[in-house]
Amino acid sequence: MDANKRTFYSIPYMLWIGLFVVAPILLVVYYSFFDLNGNFTFANYQNFFTPVYLMMTLSSFWYAFLITFFCLVIAYPAAYFITQSKFKQILLLLIILPSWVNLLLKAYAFLGIFSTYGAANSFLKTIGIGSKQILFTDFSFVFVSVYIFIPFMVLPIFNALDKLNPALVYASRDLGASSWMTFLKVIFPLTSSGVKAGVQAVFIPALSLFMITRLIAGNRVITLGTAIEQHFLVTQDWGMGATIAVFLILIMVIIMIVTGTRKKGVL
Amino acid sequence: MKKLMQALVAVFLISFLLLYVVDRLNASSGQTEGSTLTVYNWGDYIDAELIDRFEKETGVKVIYETFDSNEAMMTKIEQGGTTYDVAVPSEYTIEKMRDQDLLYPINHSKVPNLKYIDDRFMDLSFDRGNKYSIPYFWGTVGILYNTDEVNGEITAWNDLWKPEFRNKILMIDGAREVMGMGLNSLGYSLNDTNEAHLQEAKAKLDELTPNIKAIVGDEIRMLMGNDEASIGLVWSGTASELMGTKDNLEYVVPEEGSNLWFDNMVIPKTAKNIEAAHAFINFMLDPEVAAQNTEYVGYSTPNKKALEFMPKEMVEDKRFYPPAHMTERLEVYENLGPEMLARYNELFLKFKMHRK
Amino acid sequence: MKSFWPRAYLAFVFLILYAPIFYLMFYSFNSGGTMSSFDGFTLDWYKELFSDTRLLIIVLNTIVIALLSAAISTIIGVIGALAIIYARKRIYQNTLLSLNNVLIVSPDVIIGASFLILFTIVGIKLGFTSVLLAHIAFSVPIVVIMVLPKLQEMSSSLIDAARDLGASRFDVLTKVILPYITPGIFAGFFMALTYSLDDFAVTFFVTGNGFTTLSVEIYSLARRGISLNINALSTLLFLFTIFLVIGYYFIQQRNEKPAAGVRK
Repeated sequence: MDANKRTFYSIPYMLWIGLFVVAPILLVVYYSFFDLNGNFTFANYQNFFTPVYLMMTLSSFWYAFLITFFCLVIAYPAAYFITQSKFKQILLLLIILPSWVNLLLKAYAFLGIFSTYGAANSFLKTIGIGSKQILFTDFSFVFVSVYIFIPFMVLPIFNALDKLNPALVYASRDLGASSWMTFLKVIFPLTSSGVKAGVQAVFIPALSLFMITRLIAGNRVITLGTAIEQHFLVTQDWGMGATIAVFLILIMVIIMIVTGTRKKGVL
Repeated sequence: MKKLMQALVAVFLISFLLLYVVDRLNASSGQTEGSTLTVYNWGDYIDAELIDRFEKETGVKVIYETFDSNEAMMTKIEQGGTTYDVAVPSEYTIEKMRDQDLLYPINHSKVPNLKYIDDRFMDLSFDRGNKYSIPYFWGTVGILYNTDEVNGEITAWNDLWKPEFRNKILMIDGAREVMGMGLNSLGYSLNDTNEAHLQEAKAKLDELTPNIKAIVGDEIRMLMGNDEASIGLVWSGTASELMGTKDNLEYVVPEEGSNLWFDNMVIPKTAKNIEAAHAFINFMLDPEVAAQNTEYVGYSTPNKKALEFMPKEMVEDKRFYPPAHMTERLEVYENLGPEMLARYNELFLKFKMHRK
Repeated sequence: MKSFWPRAYLAFVFLILYAPIFYLMFYSFNSGGTMSSFDGFTLDWYKELFSDTRLLIIVLNTIVIALLSAAISTIIGVIGALAIIYARKRIYQNTLLSLNNVLIVSPDVIIGASFLILFTIVGIKLGFTSVLLAHIAFSVPIVVIMVLPKLQEMSSSLIDAARDLGASRFDVLTKVILPYITPGIFAGFFMALTYSLDDFAVTFFVTGNGFTTLSVEIYSLARRGISLNINALSTLLFLFTIFLVIGYYFIQQRNEKPAAGVRK
């Protein structure tokens, strides 16, 4: 229809894309073609295809996948139970609230809780399992990452579940479907847009996680995010850092296209 | 829609109310007019009382900003946008900043208190003649260990390779520190640039892998405090603070040699109030001020005269105030140039990846 | 929700979510000075807090930045989500969405450094304005992600019906679309708040001239060890937020009930 009228109000958003997305991307791409001495080079791109960085990419993917998976497994039932509650608004806020406490402080708290003589190990001892090394393991890394991202998964799923028409569920039950079948055939498909939003809000940033890799995993996990951080801040090899960032953005775009909207927008 | 509008209006109202409060607070906490001095330092790296005292004595208002890494600080100064008058970088950064023309030379005639600084800490390789920087605090890199869990003494880097220390060592996440330890343990300089030596050091570090529990950052302080590991590769500042609260910790500077580090005061090119910057540096060098600051911060002061105003047991602690013959075998990090630094980091990264 | 298991499950999730926060709170009363061993009870950290004007200013700055940036980025984000939905071509939608997500996938250092370069080129004075702009910028994409699913599930018949009844485009937007996506908008706002409160790296790069937020302050304390008065501060802020949330809830409950009564 009147295309001009439509685009008119989207000006602020387009302005944002131009200034804060396109301009930085151009800058990053530009930097990725320079070496340490400021000479034009393709070496950074060649360098990315060495075993070190390919391994890193692989492990970033693997951990991002694990984090997203566990987030979903934990968040979905939580969101579902919250929608069933009388106090759903307040419970939802209580899910978000912990994320407003500074991340570094919470990471320090986890260091204390997971430490050899910390609360988690005392608990393991009292139930008879005995003291375990929890810190600096894959488990603690995934655990804390899931902890950080949980609200980002719960919120969209909650929103999708909340508006779900209960009549549909009753109908399915009346037609003799089991609870499990109802969930699989009715509830889950209807909330898929929320799940997708949650997966995006978790998986994409999880690819470039850093800090937690050092704090909780003791540098046993090294992701692309860590490498970029190092290149920008320690080595000051902005070229290589920018190159990795270019690949991260490419990977993200591919994910977006693969998981992209299959149904057309309704408006 | 109504709900949305209400929420939006409420958020804006609260924000502007708070902005007004901040404005009032800013106005009441000091003179808004007159000259200001922006100090760029590590967090909590100065006794705040001294800032108040400086403000009272000179009438200059001090804005105290903080950073958490040398590199990030340097990027900010390079890019400009803020008028930092005094900054406190570490020695290798000073060299880099000087090479990139980011520093003003310091006028020694305006810093008469410079005479109190120990000669040992003047005229060092990173800033000959102290043209651009004045020592603020200094220290070493060494081994912090738990005497309850380690049998016997640790005196050397090479002790760490003992099989009995399996999964007991924490290291700081710094390429220079860790590679330097590898080089030192082989008897090479920690500024070595010989590729064969570097490879040798990396190979030797790989052998240490089973003993390493984790490679961490500043949180090493908390981890050692929690008895998470019995041995830690740390900076002396971290060690002295921890030992103040825990009796079963011991700190040693390894006999093969180690690193001597400095945090120096400089005047970056972003400075607008160079006069006050000199006054501030001179003020911090005043023996009494330096003594008070040292007691607050807990690191080692280069101010010889200040030692007289400090508690005896602090000054006589050889672990943190080693005598001249001990500091002589320590080396300051030299700026090895971007390529060499990249090489160090690459080897360090491979060493870290190797642990998986 | 009458059965036991859902409650137990939620209780467990909340227990884990709040465990580190209770840990922080617990040690804010430690006279030992570290988060390692609890030596004895003290309120000194709280007393210290109330005499620290600098820290108070930092806290207020942080809240202002978070609220303003979340509100503004929510507005821009909603516009963005509408723009993406209105873009009927699949390619165009995917391009917009990919561009939208670039800032989420980019590590903070890169965003921070490029914003710093951007601001210094444009000539924006580093401080409140630059930090606010940066926070708005990196919060927009998460709002879009939170709002988009609500828009996608809206049935077109709703809008067609409104149109048939003679509603203008603006009416459709304000009376049909916005009310429907309100939950998504609030979700976006809260997530934007989270982004803003948590951010350290971007703020560090684009701040200046004495303006600091709590995150920057806390991270710069790491080298010297984070003092327990930060724990005390977090405890107070946390309790204050809980108080606000619950207070708001009850006020709303009270307002809603009589209204419902009148309608009857």
